[in-house]
Amino acid sequence: MAQIRFTSALKRFYPDLKPLELEVSSISEVIASIEEMYPGLTDYLVDEQGALRKHVNIYIGENLIEDRTNLKDIVNPSDEVLIFQALSGG
Amino acid sequence: MERNKLLVGTGKGLVIFQKQYGNWKIEKSLFIGMPVSYVYIDERTDEWWVSITHRHWGQKLHHSKDRGQTWTAIPMPRYPADAKLKSGKAATLRKIWAFSHAGNDRPGELYLGTEPGGMFHSKNNGQTFQLMEALWNHPTRQDQWFGAGRDHPFIHSIVVDPRDSNHFYIAISCAGVFETTDGGVNWKPKNKGLVAAYLPNPNVEVGHDPHLLLACGSNPDIMWQQNHCGIFRTTNGGEYWENITGKDDFPNYGFALAIEDDQPDMAWVIPATSDEMRVAVDLSLCVCRTEDAGKTWTSLRKGLPQENCFDIVFRHSFAKAKGTLAFGTTTGNLFLSQDYGDSWVVLSNYLPRVECVAFA
Repeated sequence: MAQIRFTSALKRFYPDLKPLELEVSSISEVIASIEEMYPGLTDYLVDEQGALRKHVNIYIGENLIEDRTNLKDIVNPSDEVLIFQALSGG
Repeated sequence: MERNKLLVGTGKGLVIFQKQYGNWKIEKSLFIGMPVSYVYIDERTDEWWVSITHRHWGQKLHHSKDRGQTWTAIPMPRYPADAKLKSGKAATLRKIWAFSHAGNDRPGELYLGTEPGGMFHSKNNGQTFQLMEALWNHPTRQDQWFGAGRDHPFIHSIVVDPRDSNHFYIAISCAGVFETTDGGVNWKPKNKGLVAAYLPNPNVEVGHDPHLLLACGSNPDIMWQQNHCGIFRTTNGGEYWENITGKDDFPNYGFALAIEDDQPDMAWVIPATSDEMRVAVDLSLCVCRTEDAGKTWTSLRKGLPQENCFDIVFRHSFAKAKGTLAFGTTTGNLFLSQDYGDSWVVLSNYLPRVECVAFA
């Protein structure tokens, strides 16, 4: 199963957030599964049209996902997926 | 009702001041570390709304029914998939700029003004919001609305007529003032007399940049606006706007505006140098007050920094409750007057950038 990890910044809003193991085949399925477990969390990650927010990034392994609009990047069972925010100052 | 709390939305949290024995002290801070972009107090219910514009996580809205003791996260308004931007891309919520109840005869109804250029209506006290489609589809939108300092136009002022809740105004940067008399089915621009000095034709019907629009409580046909190109006032519900910018090099630029509901000729502005030079005029902070509908303006400086001051004041960062006024600045200073602006005291010099203030 794919391993899903999150930036610690999201624990501010979801203190119980933990790494997940999911049977999924795409990033869009990852997002759907997260929403089932943590209702409302995906609103922090994607906009109302389902596209990844501008300053949120998702890695599969060491590669940023390519499809930020429809989230169709393929996830294999051996993959690690990291969801985090773009770094910024101020 | 005495307004004995001052809510200050900053770039790093909500700071609540409490008035005790005539002094205002910080009571507590909430949403620490989060950019609080707008605070709204529903005067009908005394419920509080706080808008947070996260850098990464999108726009969020929180609601309190007990004056800030407990909060509930509200599902965000959503643009429909077929609501398109000029570029053809689907619209998505960038920021909530304005919040208003829909009238005393419409309990539980609320309006939001948003970027990009939307207005949302809730009939269940914010549990769900619907985009007001007639405004979104207004024929002027695609070609005559544009962003000002932002990527897209935004609705930052909503003024509901207390005599008729089907009648309200909005102000859009940039498009101008629009009026509806049928609850939002039909909309008309109300910009005669305004000047859009930055356009090839300064007298266009649509394309103006009101920075803030307010209506006089005792006579809602009298409205004021601090505009990108001056200060304007109407006495006939926006049929014509009179330019009341002060003469003799009086600065015309700024964002903040406060008015006196019981004295329709009285208002305050906080000038900045200019569009190109967004600092306090001569690096010296002043509030300007008129008591004769803009014929003359008085500079009020007592208690305000008069040198090396770079502060300006955003559109939602100036609040008034009877004779008490307060404003917060872009450099984190907070000032309060309890004598209609004649003199000011510092409440804090150590806040993050102030985005909004409200008495509660």
